[in-house]
Amino acid sequence: MIVEQTYFLFTSILIFLTGMGGIFLNRKHIILLLISIELMLLAINLQFITFSVFLDDLFGQVAAFFILTVAAAESAIGLALLVVYYRIRGTIAVEKINLLKG
Amino acid sequence: MYLVIVFLPLVSAIMAGLFGRFLGNKNSAYLATFCLGFTFFLCLIAFYEVGLCHSPCYIVSFPWIQSELFKVNWSFLFDSITVVMLIVVTSVSFLVHMYSIEYMGQDPHLSRFMSYLSFFTFFMLILVTADNFLQMFVGWEGVGLCSYLLINFYFTRVQANKAALKAMIVNRIGDFGLSLGMMALFFTFKTLDYNVVFNLAPLVVNENFCFFSFELNKITVICLLLFVGAVGKSAQLGLHTWLPDAMEGPTPVSALIHAATMVTAGVFLIIRCSPLFELSAIALDVLMVFGSLTAFFAATTGLLQNDVKRVIAYSTCSQLGYMVFACGASSYSVAMFHLANHAFFKALLFLTAGAIIHALRDEQDMRKMGGLAMLLPFAYSMIVIGSLSLMGFPFLTGFYSKDSILELVYSSYSSPAGFAYVLGTLAAFCTAFYSFRLIYLVFLSVPNGYKSYFNQVHETPYLMALPLVLLAFGSIFIGYLTKDLMLGMGTNFWGGSIYFLPERAGLFEAEFIPTNIKILPVCLSLLGAFTACLFYSSFFKFLVYLSVYVKDFYTFLNKKWYFDKIYNEVVGKFFIWFGYNMSFKLIDRGFVELFGPYGMSKLSFNLAKQFSLLQTGFLYHYIFMLLVGVTFFVGILSFGYYLNFWVDTRLYWLFMIGLFFIIFSDTRQILNQ
Repeated sequence: MIVEQTYFLFTSILIFLTGMGGIFLNRKHIILLLISIELMLLAINLQFITFSVFLDDLFGQVAAFFILTVAAAESAIGLALLVVYYRIRGTIAVEKINLLKG
Repeated sequence: MYLVIVFLPLVSAIMAGLFGRFLGNKNSAYLATFCLGFTFFLCLIAFYEVGLCHSPCYIVSFPWIQSELFKVNWSFLFDSITVVMLIVVTSVSFLVHMYSIEYMGQDPHLSRFMSYLSFFTFFMLILVTADNFLQMFVGWEGVGLCSYLLINFYFTRVQANKAALKAMIVNRIGDFGLSLGMMALFFTFKTLDYNVVFNLAPLVVNENFCFFSFELNKITVICLLLFVGAVGKSAQLGLHTWLPDAMEGPTPVSALIHAATMVTAGVFLIIRCSPLFELSAIALDVLMVFGSLTAFFAATTGLLQNDVKRVIAYSTCSQLGYMVFACGASSYSVAMFHLANHAFFKALLFLTAGAIIHALRDEQDMRKMGGLAMLLPFAYSMIVIGSLSLMGFPFLTGFYSKDSILELVYSSYSSPAGFAYVLGTLAAFCTAFYSFRLIYLVFLSVPNGYKSYFNQVHETPYLMALPLVLLAFGSIFIGYLTKDLMLGMGTNFWGGSIYFLPERAGLFEAEFIPTNIKILPVCLSLLGAFTACLFYSSFFKFLVYLSVYVKDFYTFLNKKWYFDKIYNEVVGKFFIWFGYNMSFKLIDRGFVELFGPYGMSKLSFNLAKQFSLLQTGFLYHYIFMLLVGVTFFVGILSFGYYLNFWVDTRLYWLFMIGLFFIIFSDTRQILNQ
């Protein structure tokens, strides 16, 4: 049983790191960024569920549901912002979003 | 009464200075003169009580500084040398006040002048009556300040300003030595009171200061530092340059400050500290060498000066040298005697020079005078009395003190005594020469000035003549009258105020030196006077003929042995260069600004600029920084416990700072791209 737990946790960490890498290595679309964020949230969800099962505690699954809703809301708002941004700028390339400099 | 002596001149100064505009010029002048006259009268009583009746007076008024061991009172000590100084200071000051009423009568700022004069007298009295070094220092600095104010009386003249600054600053060099000496005194004796210091002095004779691993005898160091103060104030060789320049002030000022009172303060300090100087043979030798060099230098310089006042100023300098080397021969009583006598005939000479200048519409150049003997017989007789007294003509005042100084030095057992005797005797010759050169050029030679000046020459007014007459009486009789009192064999006039070691007592030996040595200075003086008259009357053409060959020699003496030139070109120039280029440009505006406000602001501005350059505007950079930061803190939090066992926590700060540098170098590269 312990071996399976590590598999699950390892998978979720891998997914999380993939999402993170997607965020800061990404130079193309903002959509990819949103997708990466979704991926990270997904990895966290997986972790919550894994712990919930292995600790035999329901709170982890409750949290996973909350995160699902939050992720949905977040991606909805994010996409809406993206649409507005595209209307104004006409592009969603990440490299072009550098108007605010230090 | 004793406190009234000290504070009456202050009252007079305040009345003339602060209320002068209500009293009016003449009234404040008369008031100040009256106050000084009354002070002089009180000083005579004090002289009778303290000097003749041998009852020294000691007044402790109230504490000034109390700080654990350090305790200074405002207290006044009237002993023999103090009352002699009191008589000298107040009499000359009173006569100068009286003289100035007429001499400065046309000046719109007469009350200010009177106020300064009285203020100066007050500080001089503080100086001579103090019973500790600190209070003496108040007077010392006070007379320095007043000399600045008085030399600078005509403050619109740039020369007067420069001379006053020079007097102040050159004096300040000596004062620095004096204050160092006072610190050494306090370090050694833990007090500045005269009586404690002088009583404890024999105990520390063999003690040393350790200064940069040099072992220096305490008493010698203290004495030499006090002597540095005296060098500044008494215009000894090295710091003498201010005295002739101080002739820029009005003539009564020269008479008061630079003849009778202020310059004597240095000699007074040495005489006052006789119990200290006696214990240091080195310091006494230094006194003797410096004094005799000053006497000789000033006398030779005075030979070829062309300004009436400058000639007298150099003779002052020369006579001060006599006093100092008399102190060096441990005959303080003779130095004091000469100081008192010198005050009278020097004041007489200066005031008479003032009368001549006054009569000639402020012409000071001797080459433009001449032939005044018929026009100004009174001033002529006065200056002859003063000059004869100065050159030590037998039975005049100067004879008794000046010749006994030379005899004492001759009979002294001290090693540089021969040197001092030779220089002193030569200086006596030169003194007579320049005195009679002055008399001849001003009074006896053919008239050389403008005819209009000679047409309006007038005899000395009464208010100016009266002080001259009184001083002339002083110049003739004072020496004879007080000779037995001050120098007489076994006189107990000085009481405990002057101390000399029995093995250095020279007064007895001096009586029994060979007669031809005794009369040598007088003969040389007479010879000098005679040569001067001869040169400037019969052999004038010879002098003109000679001038072609000895031009360099003439310039050398006329330019004061090039002291001023050397000081200006070597010392002054170097310090001005140092002040501007080093301390101002390199240090003040350089290092300090670079590491201080300017550099710091520039550094923080650059830092802030580079920090802000980290915000490139690119999302992925922000996220990368976020990731790095989170990783760092998570790493510290989760692994810190294990890492800290191996790593010193302070290294993290080093790491952080190093990180900054890496970041900045990166941002620079980014900028370059």
